[in-house]
Amino acid sequence: MNPMAAKTLIIDGTQVSAEENATILEAATDAGIKIPTLCHLGGVYDVGACRLCLVEVTGVKKLLSACTTRIAEGMEVRTSSEVLSKYRRMTLELLFAERNHVCSVCVSNGHCELQALAWQHGMDHVRYDYNFPNWGVDATHPLFGLDHNRCILCTRCVRVCWHIEGAGTKNVAGRGAKSTIIDDLHQPWGDSDTCTSCGKCVVACPTGALFDKGSTVGEMSRDASILEYIVNAREKKQWIV
Amino acid sequence: MIIDDLIEIAEKERASHKKTVIRCCMAAGCMSSNSEAVKGGLEKAVKDAGLGDQVEVRGVGCMRLCCEGPLVGVDPAGVLYENVTPEDAPSLVASTQGAETAVKRGDPGHAFFKKQHSIVLANSGQIDPERIESYVEAEGYRALHAVLREMTPKDVVDAVIKSGLRGRGGAGYPSGLKWATVAKTPAAQKYVVCNADEGDPGAFMDRSVLESDPHSVLEGMAIAGYAVGANQGFIYVRAEYPLAIKRLQVAIKQARQIGLLGSGIFESPFNFTVDLRIGAGAYVCGEETALMASIEGKRGTPRPRPPFPAESGLWSCPTLINNVETLANIAPIIRNGAEWFAGIGTAKSKGTKVFALAGKIANTGLIEVPMGTTLRQIVEEMGGGAPGGAKIKAVQTGGPSGGCIPAQELDSPVDYESLTRLGSIMGSGGMIVMDESTKMPEVARYFMEFCMDESCGKCIPCRAGTVQMHRLLDKIVKREATPGDLAKLEDLCDMVAKTSLCGLGQNAPNPVVSTLRFFRNEYVELLRPEINGGPAAPAGPARSNNEEAK
Repeated sequence: MNPMAAKTLIIDGTQVSAEENATILEAATDAGIKIPTLCHLGGVYDVGACRLCLVEVTGVKKLLSACTTRIAEGMEVRTSSEVLSKYRRMTLELLFAERNHVCSVCVSNGHCELQALAWQHGMDHVRYDYNFPNWGVDATHPLFGLDHNRCILCTRCVRVCWHIEGAGTKNVAGRGAKSTIIDDLHQPWGDSDTCTSCGKCVVACPTGALFDKGSTVGEMSRDASILEYIVNAREKKQWIV
Repeated sequence: MIIDDLIEIAEKERASHKKTVIRCCMAAGCMSSNSEAVKGGLEKAVKDAGLGDQVEVRGVGCMRLCCEGPLVGVDPAGVLYENVTPEDAPSLVASTQGAETAVKRGDPGHAFFKKQHSIVLANSGQIDPERIESYVEAEGYRALHAVLREMTPKDVVDAVIKSGLRGRGGAGYPSGLKWATVAKTPAAQKYVVCNADEGDPGAFMDRSVLESDPHSVLEGMAIAGYAVGANQGFIYVRAEYPLAIKRLQVAIKQARQIGLLGSGIFESPFNFTVDLRIGAGAYVCGEETALMASIEGKRGTPRPRPPFPAESGLWSCPTLINNVETLANIAPIIRNGAEWFAGIGTAKSKGTKVFALAGKIANTGLIEVPMGTTLRQIVEEMGGGAPGGAKIKAVQTGGPSGGCIPAQELDSPVDYESLTRLGSIMGSGGMIVMDESTKMPEVARYFMEFCMDESCGKCIPCRAGTVQMHRLLDKIVKREATPGDLAKLEDLCDMVAKTSLCGLGQNAPNPVVSTLRFFRNEYVELLRPEINGGPAAPAGPARSNNEEAK
């Protein structure tokens, strides 16, 4: 058998072909079907943490995260339904209530993936009480800042730091709602010995949590495709801009 | 090491026994009430009385009735003494020679003992857990010998399938099927992992097994290793169990010394080593993918399944993960045959289950009963009901992932399907009894707080959802919630259960859902009326609020 045979599956009623090892998310994206994602980032491995890409698969009782589930021949996937929309909206509401997401004063206003998703899912208000936690801002790095109040713990910065830059500066400490992004052994970012100041984490951040110093409201736009470009160049020797 | 050596060890051990044996419980429960001093006192009293050649004092594992500890048993008289103090020792030793003693005697004929059916706990309270000779005397490692010398790996897997054994860690997945999957996955390297990260509040079955009979787990692991083709085992045990860790270390060392672990076991080509990995206090590490991440030295967070550990586990190798109690059942199944095991229990739940009885119950301790025993038999007959004649209101099983079973359902048999039907789970075996004084919304809030604190923080529904659910439950308990808040809570219960990444989040709403199912009125009574979307009325006494609502 051909080790990389293509497989056929059905996504939202449409027949789609995809590479054998592809994930549902890759197969859908390839076929032009959009599945909402937040912790997914092209170029680094997936963790299935944000639960926005959950899809229904016929014959499977549980909802599966599209970014981590491999396709199978004849698989029948539904990427949208009333209940999925409801869960996605609730997930977004939980995120907004968790930390202090105030778009009007945020550097990423207008360029924020969280904001865009909320808008796409009709999240015009949050039904839960806000936590209003008192997280600090780490502004010790000469070029970048980290505002924990806007962090959604997607760990994209951590994965980029370890698996593209290979510096291993960023990590997660604590657990549950007390989880937080740290640098090295939980020290100020500016004191980090391992940080190469490459800025990939800033590019990877979906919200305004990581930002270039000196940017003000709405000025922080980024292009995460640069990360995929690096990975493609390194792994596939393809230098496609 | 060949079988003759094993028999020789057993016979030597048997011959060394004195006429009278005083067994003193040296498991964590009794040790916390000073049983170490009791044992010292007994040894001194035997020496002082000059009975050294007739009476032996043996430290043993759990004798089950933990609430009456320290416990001391005397053989062959078959007497059990309760609440023994070091000062009681001389009189107790004298009683072995026919004297009267005022030390409180237990009743071995009580239903608490009589209704037990011991497989996993057969050696518990009998053998010395720190001496391998004691385990060998009790038929120990015979099953491993039989497996290595007389059975093919497939025979072993088939025996486990035929026995009908299901995982004792909570979900009840058929053990044989899991073994067969790992056995059939081709790989140069495979692993066997024993999950000893028992963390449910009120559960102490696995701890007792490890403290009382550690070799039974090692033997089960070695048999599993042979069956699935693994040469390395890991026991992941939580750091909060220092005595279990110590006993395991001793057991592994002794098994290695006489060649029951290591290379060429029983002169066969089979090699198997076992290493300990100590948890660092995270409940979520009991979840198998988080547990494996922790063994690998990574942050203990779960990952999505599939791939299941049987396909890609430790360092991406096929890995068999079983709970302590599951592994402790293996040697008895091999020794006595799969049919024997399949003859115990119900049609779909075979064998016995160990439960830790705790909460508002007269007899706190460990019990092992055949599957299908009713909750009433366990709680009322064996457990002696609630102390002081109080009325039992509910029984909580399955810890923070389980639910509360109301008193009117006490006649349900305890098996996987019945408990699931009642909105709870078998879980690992914690059984917390609640009487009429227990308020269900407070119970739900307690378990939600537990899940909120123990959430690893990786996925949003569990990390942020448990915080919101806890807040809503807190509002309800404090009589500040409206019917809208209750609806919001139920909505979140559904969402968190359906969307969370691992079992911790998926089951976190269970205590809320199950108490809402059977005790909804207790929640409703605490609600205050909603006034046309405006601010709710100031909180008054619940009763008057309730009457207004009517």
